Amino acid sequence: MNLEVLSPDRRVSVRAVLVPRRPGLLLLPALVWLGLFFFVPLALMLAISFAWRGTYGGVEWTLSLANYVNVLDPLYLKVFLRSVLLAAVTTAVCLVLGFPIAYYIARLPARRQGIWLLLVMIPFWTNFLVRTYAWIFILRTEGLVNTVLISLGLIGSPIDVLYTETAIVIGLVYGYLPFMILPLYAAVERLPPSLVEAAWDLYASRWAVLRRVIVPLTKPGLVAGCILVFIPSLGAFMTPDLMGGARTMMIGNLIQHEFLVARDWPFGSAISLVLMALVLLGLAIYLRVEGAGKRPATEWMSR
Amino acid sequence: MSASVANLLFLYAPIVVLMVFSFNASRLSAGWQGLTLQWYRLLLEDEALRLAVQNSLVVAVVSTVVATGLGVCAAVGLERHPFRGREVVEGALLLPLVIPEIMMGVSLMLLFLLVNLPLGLITVTIGHAAFNVPIVLVIVRARLRKLDPSLEEAARDLGATSWQAFRGVTLPLLMPAVAGSVLLAFTISLDDFIVTFFTAGPGSTTLPLYVYSMVKSGVTPAINALSAILVLVSMALIGASLALQRR
Repeated sequence: MNLEVLSPDRRVSVRAVLVPRRPGLLLLPALVWLGLFFFVPLALMLAISFAWRGTYGGVEWTLSLANYVNVLDPLYLKVFLRSVLLAAVTTAVCLVLGFPIAYYIARLPARRQGIWLLLVMIPFWTNFLVRTYAWIFILRTEGLVNTVLISLGLIGSPIDVLYTETAIVIGLVYGYLPFMILPLYAAVERLPPSLVEAAWDLYASRWAVLRRVIVPLTKPGLVAGCILVFIPSLGAFMTPDLMGGARTMMIGNLIQHEFLVARDWPFGSAISLVLMALVLLGLAIYLRVEGAGKRPATEWMSR
Repeated sequence: MSASVANLLFLYAPIVVLMVFSFNASRLSAGWQGLTLQWYRLLLEDEALRLAVQNSLVVAVVSTVVATGLGVCAAVGLERHPFRGREVVEGALLLPLVIPEIMMGVSLMLLFLLVNLPLGLITVTIGHAAFNVPIVLVIVRARLRKLDPSLEEAARDLGATSWQAFRGVTLPLLMPAVAGSVLLAFTISLDDFIVTFFTAGPGSTTLPLYVYSMVKSGVTPAINALSAILVLVSMALIGASLALQRR
């Protein structure tokens, strides 16, 4: 084995040097742990989703699609539609808010980009629960916004924003905005400014520059940002739980309700798996677009 | 420029407001009635809070140790030993990063209930270790990729065994990344709400669960004070983690 170290091809020699007798051994502990506590639970959930609810909660093992058919009930379908809609609105708002700042940062001199990116990230390091609470504190009936507006005489009675769908979108946007800004920044940074200037020189309108130059050339970043915001928004639980009301239930709340309140594990499992299917669909779209570009849109992660 | 400043305002204002009002004397917290430290004093006397902090620390320390061990080994295994099907194994190990957290929490709860493992600190720790493995793996692997392989080769040329070369050359060079991932895993565990929510039982309330129950039962300035402390702790830990990863 030692002789191979002298091989001119470094890669070959490194492989030869480092491969122990059983290379899989190093991967085994992590695979076993995630197998037992990630994949087995998911498989269990899949199995339970075909079962029936036992008389006292629990599970009665059968093979039925009843739970999946049940998801199509208008009552539950509405929750799914609302979740998709709120996640889509959240994504759109993040895009509109995030694009200008991503563009601005990417066009700064290189040495000032780092500090701006850091400024964008810092609030994100705070516990999500605390960030959600911050908005509750601001938006509630006796909260800061209403107190200030009333004392200034701008409004007579408090505005009720908290416990509405608007509040949920505000909370989600606040939670996931950096997920949009970072991939957008990476994409714009790679866009040569000369291309935009060329379009200006050729008398393109602002809209044409955006639509025909900037958007097509930053597409991997756009898609990455949208997927990275959409997926966690769709599966959100804490934000709608704390900032939404009883009538603004999202998929996450429905799952929690089925497992902890209704104690219908099979139905709860079926809902979870439909959510997972939606997430995987989003990921598939993302990977397709990413595969189309030469450099992966996730490159910013490794910086 | 102005749009960017507005953006930063949107990002920072809520946190700043939250912290400022933790010093407000008014119990109803909306109007300003002068400075006070009484809400912080209240936190110090809170027995349940003390227990929650203790639980959070125990879970974070144990789950970080487990996840770091598993994650570092897996990173070395993936990066240094090419084998068939590596992409599949890699994808499987990273999957927890993209699955909605609530699914992870709920499915773990199902497992624990079906095998009759009582929900408590042990089940919470198991869950935290699981979601932290891919995080450690990603960070340590990125560092491994940047290392010059000729360093380890040189050690081997001079007669070191592959373990000695790893121990004496690669591991010291990896240490900043390992330390960075330890801090990040620790912070994520300390901050986790969803997986904890579904895998905790009576007596295993962690800090985020405690904050959640406080928020659910009504807004008080004490939550602002506790939040302010949490903001500073998370920021310090993650800042340190990033600084280490850059070294």
